[in-house]
Amino acid sequence: MTERKIRVLIAKPGLDGHDRGAKVIARALRDAGMEVIYTGLRQTPEMIAEAALQEDVDVVGLSILSGAHMALAPRVLELLRDSGMGNVPVVLGGIIPPEDVPRLKEAGISAVFGPGVSMAEIVKTIRGLAVTGEQS
Amino acid sequence: MTLVENLLGGDRRALARLISQIEDDAASAGDALAALFSRTGRAHRVGITGAPGTGKSTLVSQITRELRQRGKTVGIVAVDPSSPFSGGALLGDRVRMRDLSGDPGVFIRSMASRGNMGGLARATARVMRVLDAAGFDVVLVETVGVGQLEMDIARHAQTILVVEAPGLGDEVQAIKAGLLETADVLVVNKSDDPRAESTLAMLRAVLGLNRQVHSDRPELHHGGLFEAVLPERPEAGGWEVPICATSALTGEGVPELVSAMEAHYAYLRSSGELERRERISAAAELESLLRDTLLARLLEKIDAARLSELVERVVRREIMPQTAVERLLDSL
Repeated sequence: MTERKIRVLIAKPGLDGHDRGAKVIARALRDAGMEVIYTGLRQTPEMIAEAALQEDVDVVGLSILSGAHMALAPRVLELLRDSGMGNVPVVLGGIIPPEDVPRLKEAGISAVFGPGVSMAEIVKTIRGLAVTGEQS
Repeated sequence: MTLVENLLGGDRRALARLISQIEDDAASAGDALAALFSRTGRAHRVGITGAPGTGKSTLVSQITRELRQRGKTVGIVAVDPSSPFSGGALLGDRVRMRDLSGDPGVFIRSMASRGNMGGLARATARVMRVLDAAGFDVVLVETVGVGQLEMDIARHAQTILVVEAPGLGDEVQAIKAGLLETADVLVVNKSDDPRAESTLAMLRAVLGLNRQVHSDRPELHHGGLFEAVLPERPEAGGWEVPICATSALTGEGVPELVSAMEAHYAYLRSSGELERRERISAAAELESLLRDTLLARLLEKIDAARLSELVERVVRREIMPQTAVERLLDSL
């Protein structure tokens, strides 16, 4: 019997072209033993929800630096719910003003990582969410 | 059993979940596979293989678009390597397949090799079967970027595309055993590269050479245990491996490539070669399952203390590894 692998989708919705952060996170999660599906730049929320479904991921990670997170993140959550994946935790990384965080959490985002959060912290949070998701 | 029913009803979430269960070797996956087995064997199974960086993912995307225009539905399995150190993997093939997004006639699944060495994951063949049972007309499998010996795909696909690109090596590389021998269709991708013409000429020369040496292609090697069940090959010379020049970037040459794939499938069916390959592939699968099962059963019976004692003796050069194995087997 193989151990169950944690699968994570790392996606960049919206139009900004900076994917360095997303790649660094993807690499760190890989080094932590997870399987990371990386979708590349300029994904629509529809593309992200479709990839999450086909890849049957345990956690979705969004990287948004464009400032459009208040529109994009809730839309991804909505589409995931529509496709029966409402139990899949979604985390958000990027430049997110602190005052937006409570509203994002209210909308259903499980965690928000701003600049300066350690890689170890991100890995630990995602692993924790993947395990909780499995039990629900 | 509802997962299977939902899957057969077209539920993509059920399909995705079953694939995960297969990858994780969950007990429930075995029952589902058994229920689906009789529905398999309808899809055209195509393997796409070649060295890293030859443009396999982009080509898969283009081939799929062409197949969709021809009214075919497509299930894709894209295999990337797992890290031997962390066991994790970065699966990036979707980056090149973004144009396929939103099409209900396409299903893409990324898969990590999870320690398997043959260019596929251990679960790939079973996942191909599930996509086949789910009703996709074509199942495309993109292997890990391979070198010279990772040829597992040859046992599980009916048509093998070997993708080459300009600038990867001279003709001695091409004459070496391996990749080229398994090709049913040879693709020179990146035909927009100025060096593509010489790569094409070189491969044409090498294929010509192969034809002179074997008027008959050698058997796929499969270990030999099941040789007796293999029928005689049909008359040789039925299929000449075509070379297709493509640019996955612009899509040039892709319709011709898809036509070559379809021609190969038609040839397999009309010549009886399809049945012969299915037999080889079933024999190989039985053999490999038998090997895994026997090994697992034997390892259960072998006493760990006895094993480590023998390891010590090998380290001290008192007995050879082969002798140690014989003693272990004798004691069972």
